[in-house]
Order: sequence, then C-alpha cells, then structure tokens
Amino acid sequence: MATAHSRTAARAMISPAVIFLLLWMIVPLAMTLYFSFLRYNLLMPGMEEWTGFENYRYFLTDPAFSTALINTLLLVGGVLFITLVGGTLLALLLNQDFFGQGIVRVLAIAPFFVMPTVSALVFKNMFMNPVNGLFAFMAEAIGMQPIDWLAEIPLLSITLMVSWTWLPFATLILLTSLQSLDSEQMEASEMDGAGAISRFFYITVPHLARAGTVVVLIETIFLLSIFAEILVTTNGGPGNASTNLTYLVYAESLLRFDVGTGAAGGVVAIILANIVAIFLMRAIGKNLDA
Amino acid sequence: MGRITLDQITKSFGEAQVIPPLDLTIEDGEFVVFVGPSGCGKSTLLRLIAGLEDVTSGEIRIDGKPATDLPPAKRGLAMVFQSYALYPHMSVRKNIAFPLKMAKLPQEEINRKVENAAQVLNLSPYIDKRPGQLSGGQRQRVAIGRAIVREPAAFLFDEPLSNLDAALRVNMRAEISELHQQLSTTMIYVTHDQVEAMTMADKIVVLQAGVIEQVGSPLDLYNHPRNLFVAGFIGSPKMNFITGPEAAKHGAHTIGIRPEHLRTSKESGEWTGRVGLGEHLGSDTFLRVETEFGEMTVRTIGDFDARHGDTVYLTPDPARIHRFDESGLSIR
Ligand SMILES: Nc1ncnc2c1ncn2[C@@H]1O[C@H](COP(=O)(O)OP(=O)(O)O)[C@@H](O)[C@H]1O
Ligand SMILES: [Mg+2]
Repeated sequence: MATAHSRTAARAMISPAVIFLLLWMIVPLAMTLYFSFLRYNLLMPGMEEWTGFENYRYFLTDPAFSTALINTLLLVGGVLFITLVGGTLLALLLNQDFFGQGIVRVLAIAPFFVMPTVSALVFKNMFMNPVNGLFAFMAEAIGMQPIDWLAEIPLLSITLMVSWTWLPFATLILLTSLQSLDSEQMEASEMDGAGAISRFFYITVPHLARAGTVVVLIETIFLLSIFAEILVTTNGGPGNASTNLTYLVYAESLLRFDVGTGAAGGVVAIILANIVAIFLMRAIGKNLDA
Repeated sequence: MGRITLDQITKSFGEAQVIPPLDLTIEDGEFVVFVGPSGCGKSTLLRLIAGLEDVTSGEIRIDGKPATDLPPAKRGLAMVFQSYALYPHMSVRKNIAFPLKMAKLPQEEINRKVENAAQVLNLSPYIDKRPGQLSGGQRQRVAIGRAIVREPAAFLFDEPLSNLDAALRVNMRAEISELHQQLSTTMIYVTHDQVEAMTMADKIVVLQAGVIEQVGSPLDLYNHPRNLFVAGFIGSPKMNFITGPEAAKHGAHTIGIRPEHLRTSKESGEWTGRVGLGEHLGSDTFLRVETEFGEMTVRTIGDFDARHGDTVYLTPDPARIHRFDESGLSIR
C-alpha cells in the first residue's frame, strides 16, 4: 500500500466490513445503555419510564453485587492459576519423547472440545455427586467422609470444572512455546552449571512468559463471562455462593424480570472488564513486546 | 590446566556410527582446531568432550582424571555456541554473571569479574542491554565473556564466526587469537573453514567422516599432507592433481602441485595450456588454465597480463611436487 491512491482504494474496500462491525457492536451497546436508564420490568409491560441512575444504585448496593464481584475474580484467578501451573507441567511432560506421543497430545486437548454444559453435567452427576459420584467413591475407598462438592464448596467445584476445560488450551499454547526454546540455550546453561531446577526457572519460565501472557489474556476474556457451568450445576447457589457477575445479570433480568437493572449490571460488567483489561496490560503486557 | 585425552572413543546415533574409534591428545594451553567438511562429525566430537552427548564407548580424561561420566558442568569446560546461545531475557551483565551465579560466588566477586570481562572485551557500553539489541559481533563477545569469567580448564568453540560478515570475521579471528595469547588456556575450535584453521591453530586436526586424517601444525599439513584428502583440503586455492603417465614419470599414481608452486610464463615451460577464467586482484593473479592434464589453477604474485584464450606455459617447482600412491597416501 505504497501510494495515496492505493491507500484510498484500500480504505474504500474495507469500509463496508468496518461499518457493519461497528453497527453490530454499537447497536446492542446503545440499547443496553438506554435500557439501563429505564424502569423496565417485564411483568409490567408498557410502564417504562426514565429513572436516571436508580437502576445503577440498586444494582451496586445490592449485597449480591459485592459477592458476585469477588466470586468473579476468584473464579478467574483460580482457573488462571490452575491452568498456568498445570499447563506448564503438562507441557513439560508432553514435550518429552515417548511412545505414542502423537495420540497422547491429541487426547490431551480433547476436553477443550467438550461443550461447557456437557462437561459441567458430567462433573455434577458422575464425579461430584455425593452419593453416586466417583469422588465420593474414592473418598469412601480411603475411609473418608464424601464431600457434597456443589453444596459445600460450590465455587471451588466450578473453578475445577472450568479449569478442566481450559487446561488443554494453556497446555497447547505453552507446549508450542516450549518447542521453540532453543536447545543450545539449554545446553549453554547446562555447561554454565545450572541444575534442572535452575534451568527451569532461569531459562524455561522466562521463555514461556510471552505464551503465558497470551494464555492469561485470552482466558480472562472468556472466564469473565462464565455462565453455562453455573447455570447447569448450582444456579448460583447455595445462596449467592457461586454467583458471578454474568449470572447476577441473568438473574436480575430473566429471573426477576427486571430488564433495567439487568442492563445496568451489564454496563457495570463492561466497565469492570475494561478495568481488568487495563490492569492486565499494565502488569504483563510488556511481555508481548518483541 | 587443561590436558584432554580421548581414548578410543566412539559415537553412534542409533545404527549410524558417526565417530569410529578415535584417539587424540590435546596438550595444556594448546590452540587446537578441528577442521573438516560439513557433517564430518566435528560438532559431535566437541559435544562429546563437553559432555553434551554421551560417548558410545571409550574414555575421556581431563587433566588425567576420568571425565567420561561427568556431567558438563563438572568438567570445567566452557563452550561458545554457533548461535551464541545467549539468554535473551537477561542483560549482558546477567548473561556474563550467570555461570558465576550458578557457582554461588559472592555478589561482589561476581561484579568484579563481570566488570573485568566486559572491560577486556569492550562490552562496558552495552552492559545493561539485552542480547537482542546488540550486533552479531557484540553478541559473539558476550558469549566469549560468559565463557571466560568461569576461568575454565579449556574453551570449546563451535564455528563461532560463521554467522559474522567477512570483515568482522577477520577481526574476531584476531581477537580470539589474542585472547589465547593472554589467557594461554587450552582452546578447541571447530570450523569448516581451512583459512581459520591455518591462521589460528597451534595444531590442526583434519577430520573426514569421523576419522582423523592428519594431526599437525598448519605448516606441517601444508608442506607434508599425509594423503590426498588433506592435500586437497588444506591450502587455498586447492592443490592441482594430475594422474596418469605424467604422474608415473614421478613414480607416483597421483601427483599434486599447489597453484603457488607453478611458475607461469608466456614464452616457455614444461606444460602448455590455455587461459580460461582469470582473477586479477592486483596483489595476486589467479588463472584457470586448461592443460592436457585437465584444468589447473595457478597463482602468480603481482599482475600477470593474460587474457582468456592466451597460451601460457607452466613449470612446477620440482621440490614442491607431492606424490601419492594408489591408496591416496603420500609417498615420502
Ligand atoms: N542428534 C543426532 N542424531 C542423529 N544424527 C546426528 C545427530 N547429531 C549429528 N548427527 C549426524 O552426525 C554427523 C556429524 O554431525 P556433526 O557433528 O554435526 O557434523 P559437523 O559439525 O562436522 O558439520 C552428521 O551426519 C549428522 O547427521
Ligand atoms: Mg557443526
């Protein structure tokens, strides 16, 4: 795109797509903003009226809000921690030469293709069920009291389910990064007297930093909006114990039929997501520079 | 200290034997160059010495002590890799300090040694930069710095100059030779470039397919190549070879004569030929001459005015004719 002419042509060519995308994003956003300033309850059709910031005040002062906020952050943080640590260890394992490497690698990424509702139901009914679940069976086998996972530690249970889904993603990205690690660097550090553990922390981990950053950024985007796993297992309960922001917005608009407050919650969630994004880019964005 | 002895070592990758049984002694303080064509096993041999590969059989001794089963770090050797293998996320300072840090030296001693090495290698202005911000030559010096701070028993270099441009290569060659003079530590240097071998080595080891063809000083190899391979490999341009009746006249299967040992004349001489390609460098002239024995390269000092198609006469210096028997071995 060297000349002014070709640049103009290029702009003209891409403008339909850009305008379409813009509308695609702007229209729902504008409607959400508009609804968030209305008293708009589906049980009282035709009674919509302007209420200013009333919906926001109601949403933000609801005790469920702070719980949901903390749950959201715990869920995101917990899954990130498990997938990064577990993913690194799995990637190290899969990077070794062993018989059946190809098959094992394919199997290892399989969980990522299982849809969230299905995996959550499998966990709920086959693993975490206090009577019939595999975990209960294992606990009994070693003489322990089985835990009712989804009732006693609902948030942790959901964190584990979601981690199971995202672990392959982290593993795969970290594995490709590991494969690009220059073997001469490893050998140089070996000659420099670094043991296996020093090599891991001084050479491997810094090399993985960039891939790890990609994992954190991409996973955060998806994890902020976890919904299906909660819906099919705990419904946000017991109480609010496993309600995150997404689920709270759903509960406001579709369980309590309060579209106005739901929309306000949506706007709050957008703002929070951006705060998280800015914070993340500040903290780890420099890893992405070449 | 740094006397390295290889005793009947071999190396196989699966079925393929890359190094057949091989004996070699490298004396303390020597600058030894392994030279040979690509794929002949130079790097493999170096990595066996370094401990980065296990020998299939045989024994390695460093300063008389068995080192065959020692891990690389315990052998007291330092290596400079072809890709430099610097740690990209560490500054130059941290790169050079890394081996000292791994050896758990006190911080002030580390600082002192790193400053020292940076001074010697002219790296002080870049000491807080990352390797990615440095030029090829500077990276090379950082890699050397990382090797010298450890004060190893011997340095191992694997084609360290092959990623540099020609001018820089000449400079670094001189710097490495200089370093050897200063430190007088054993150095083992791998290259496929016979010019590097000739200019730097105390002792050259010529390898072909994992076999040592000849060991000797540069001039020894130049003057008394043991066989056809060494004769053809050492010296630039390559030695000219003649077989058949002309060789039989000298009582040999093949005779060899270096381009610089052929006298060229336009009037008379022993052999007649027609000039093909000519390279006029001013200081020297290289001519490809088509003779009755095949194409020969000749070198004359200064300019020699010959055009494509001219007839010239060549006379070999009789004392400089190398004779080889049927198996390719030199006849003394
Ligand atoms: N890790 C390895 N596995 C199998 N074959 C190897 C390995 N390393 C080197 N080789 C083989 O050993 C031979 C010598 O290689 P190398 O020592 O790298 O040669 P050079 O350094 O002289 O160019 C080559 O034929 C190469 O293919
Ligand atoms: Mg090599």
